[in-house]
Amino acid sequence: MAIEHLNLSSIEGPLVAVDGVREAAFGDIVRFRTNQTEEKIGQVISIEGEQCLIQVFDETTNMSLNNTHTTFSGHGMEIELAPEILGRTFDGIGRPLDELGPIHSEIKRDVNGAPLNPVARVYPKDFIETGFSAIDGLTTLIRGQKLPIFSGEGLSHNELAAQIVKQAKLGENVEGEFALVFAAMGVTHDTADFFRRTFEESGTMDHVTTFLNTADDPVMERIITPKVALTTAEYLAYDLGYHVLVILTDMTSFSEALREISNAKDEIPSRKGYPGYLYSELATIYERAGIVKGRNGSVTQIPILTMPNDDITHPIPDLTGYITEGQIVLDRDLQHKNIFPPIGVLPSLSRLMSDSIGAEYTREDHEGVANQLFASYSNTMEARSLASVIGEEELSDIDKMYLAFGNKFEEEFVGQGKDQTRTMEDTLNLGWDLLRLLPEEELDRVDSNILEKYYNNKEYSLKSFSAMNLAKEGENNGD
Amino acid sequence: MMEVKNKIYSINGPIIKIQGPTDFAMEELVYVGNDRLVGEVIGIDQFKTTIQVYEETDGIKPGEPIEGTNESMAVELGPGMLDNIFDGIQRPLKEIEKVSGFQIKRGINIPSLDREKLWEITPVIAIGETVSGGEIVAEIPETKAISHKVMVPPDVSGKVIEVVSPGQYTIDEVLVKIQQVNGNIVEVKGYQNWPIRKPRTVLERLESTRPLITGQRVIDSVFPLAKGGAAAIPGGFGTGKTTMQHQIAKYADADIIVYIGCGERGNEMTEVLEDFAELIDPRSGASLMERTVLIANTSDMPVAAREASIYTGITIAEYYRDMGYDVAIMADSTSRWAEALRELSGRLEEMPGEEGFPAYLSSRIAAFYERAGDMENLNHTNGSVSIIGAVSPQGGDFSEPVTQNTKRYVRCFWALDSSLAHARHYPAINWIGSYSQYLDDLAHWYTKNVDENFIKNHNEMMVLLKEEDELLEIVKLIGSDVLPDSQKLTLQIARVIRLGFLQQASFHEIDSSVPIEKQAKMLDIILYLYDRSQTLISFGFPVSYLTQSNIFNQIINIKYNIPNDHLEELEDYYNKIDAFYEKAMQENG
Repeated sequence: MAIEHLNLSSIEGPLVAVDGVREAAFGDIVRFRTNQTEEKIGQVISIEGEQCLIQVFDETTNMSLNNTHTTFSGHGMEIELAPEILGRTFDGIGRPLDELGPIHSEIKRDVNGAPLNPVARVYPKDFIETGFSAIDGLTTLIRGQKLPIFSGEGLSHNELAAQIVKQAKLGENVEGEFALVFAAMGVTHDTADFFRRTFEESGTMDHVTTFLNTADDPVMERIITPKVALTTAEYLAYDLGYHVLVILTDMTSFSEALREISNAKDEIPSRKGYPGYLYSELATIYERAGIVKGRNGSVTQIPILTMPNDDITHPIPDLTGYITEGQIVLDRDLQHKNIFPPIGVLPSLSRLMSDSIGAEYTREDHEGVANQLFASYSNTMEARSLASVIGEEELSDIDKMYLAFGNKFEEEFVGQGKDQTRTMEDTLNLGWDLLRLLPEEELDRVDSNILEKYYNNKEYSLKSFSAMNLAKEGENNGD
Repeated sequence: MMEVKNKIYSINGPIIKIQGPTDFAMEELVYVGNDRLVGEVIGIDQFKTTIQVYEETDGIKPGEPIEGTNESMAVELGPGMLDNIFDGIQRPLKEIEKVSGFQIKRGINIPSLDREKLWEITPVIAIGETVSGGEIVAEIPETKAISHKVMVPPDVSGKVIEVVSPGQYTIDEVLVKIQQVNGNIVEVKGYQNWPIRKPRTVLERLESTRPLITGQRVIDSVFPLAKGGAAAIPGGFGTGKTTMQHQIAKYADADIIVYIGCGERGNEMTEVLEDFAELIDPRSGASLMERTVLIANTSDMPVAAREASIYTGITIAEYYRDMGYDVAIMADSTSRWAEALRELSGRLEEMPGEEGFPAYLSSRIAAFYERAGDMENLNHTNGSVSIIGAVSPQGGDFSEPVTQNTKRYVRCFWALDSSLAHARHYPAINWIGSYSQYLDDLAHWYTKNVDENFIKNHNEMMVLLKEEDELLEIVKLIGSDVLPDSQKLTLQIARVIRLGFLQQASFHEIDSSVPIEKQAKMLDIILYLYDRSQTLISFGFPVSYLTQSNIFNQIINIKYNIPNDHLEELEDYYNKIDAFYEKAMQENG
């Protein structure tokens, strides 16, 4: 029988202290009963002799020094896992929100996980086809990758994530099924509903486990939410063999919760008030993506974060970018031009891409096309900034070509709209269609053999694109 | 029941305190709690002893015992380190996988080096010889590529009184016994321990006059690093620090590579393990892993071990240097190490310096980079440790403390640039913001071994790039059409240098690594093209005439079209340039 401690010795924000404790271990989960009824949970964050400092994963409203009864559970934060977890909805720390009652299982896992041994990892190499040219062609998503979406307030990151969930294909000859773990931290009810509707519409609801901490839920819960979600994902992947896609939104809310607790603990802040260990905290979450030897499943992560003030150098996107294997950056200008998905391709990157494309995986020209599109689009940007100074008329012919190329690239390649999906083949062919808008000698990033084979061969062309251009040429001739 | 002498009093993350004075020594290795987690004593006063624990402390309770070892935090140095991967405190990750599965559980105590394995050991000294510290007493073929040398510990000297005969031994067996002058007998085994925070003893620091050739043009020909030198690669995320480190680790002409993944991605270590095992080192014919030691403290591993990982790596590097090898050490990333220092400092409630980093950040960085050097070892062999440290500045801003303090202690600064990376110009080393102060020291070597014009060509290229940078400022404002043809030519040649020389495709079969002779020739050809073109321009040819001719693109494509083992084909390009020049002059005579 666990000892119940009758009083607290202090309450300060989300932190409470209990004196006279002998049985507590560092990291233990603690249960509080307030006024005999309300139950809250917390975790031991430091111990000094017989005094324990506890972080409460809930508001400390109603707690007083003498109405709170405290019990130490003797173990860290654990969740119970069973196959029935798919199709269910839980709150931020794993308590059921639907009417179906708690999961009871022999299998209990510590939500903190343990470091993955790099020797046991398998380097991810198989791509996931999302149907979006900007992602498949230029920042290819790989199974087992962690590829975040860097967004800003008001940009369509949720729509993008939802479309990826609807469209993503594992590719041929892959054993195992898709499952989805969706963890929402500090998002609005609207956003949460939007995702639920998406899952229902796409008929994936019974393959989704949802952990929901909305904006009005306790802030401290959010610190645990991604860990609970990833523990679930690891169970689905490594025990049951699913290919799990984990969507974590919004990592900014998670980081802000960490900042709040750090400030309450009087810790020395590093940048913008965030604790020095923000990097380690984010890393222990993101590093839980991957594939391990001898297990069938995989964990792929798409964390979403909103960059405060669209600032990519803000500590949250900055530290995230150092840990994740690339990033997909959304661009406000493209959004204004009504381009969906509004992916700013130049700062976007998939680190695992270069090992996972080419003849063996996608097509031999993939790397060349991608590099050339990046380089040419980067020239477009320079031509645009020059045009803004001296006017478009004054530009040299080649710079004008780059302007035309860039506009088409944004409209056609990036901006494919919400209902069109493209195969990898279509994406690459469209890439060639665009590159043909430039003279051959400008294409300096493609191996000369590949260039010879593809540039002048209209077989490598997207039908809808050529048809559209022919129509336009017709108009011009009619003038 | 024996009374527990030292008990845990307080726990705050990786920092554990014992109340009252203890008889522990500073930096002593201790085992913490019932799970026997590895820890190190980092502070002692009359009221408390502070211990830093290298594993997660969840589940540890006050009152659990702490056991001392009377030894300081040390690494085991001996055969079996090459072709192997360790964590930040030198625990063998392959062995850990066998007992703990794909996750690393706590409290695993496996010796760093295999105690069972039999090695083919050949003693190289005889009874009666006098030996002193550092002297080689036996040799072991550790891998196909590397012969491991068993050395007398640095502080030992005396007369050999016992030597085993050649044969198979484990590293735990005594190979040689030495009687010291004071009569004490020292046993030399196949391995020795060395505290990680103490540089290994050498005879003398030598001048750095040999370059570390990496096969990367922007390094070898533009900003070279000396063997025994120190370089920093700062860059925001996505600028290619890690690819750069991997390229150097693959192709550098060092004998031994120590690769420290410090607070970085797990998949990157997996990539090194998988790739290096398959790649063949052209110099030894064996796989690259056979000259490589990996130290992995991935970002999900405990932060205290991250602080130690850098020292573990450099101590191993120094040990191989003592055998007379050239060692190159990659530390990716030193910023994570500095942040680990900051986190621990915060938990110790020390007074913070700039941006929360401890005030001793600078001296710690200095102490690390100063362990690089081209040395005369105790045994009179010559060996070197070169350090290449990646720096991950917050927000890509080079004015932050880690970049600035690193800059003070390295002489080679390869600044990565995110706008180059966005345009997929890799390696994204910015030629304006980077520098190497080793060039003067290495000038003699390059002149003698590569090309007598090497330095002259290098300087000419740098001038061209600088001019381009200035011209581009003007172009940004008024467009390139208004420039005179001579300046347009500068822009065109600088473009050839950028695309055809500075840019290098790490995934291209031919271009991934390029011999220094080819690098020098390529640059010479580009400058020859410049020279001929200048003449044409002076005769009134417009730049557009030159650029339409395709000769520029041919020169850019040399990097893909000339195999690295057929450098004689390069001579054709001088003829092509001449032919183009003659033709132009005849047609427009």
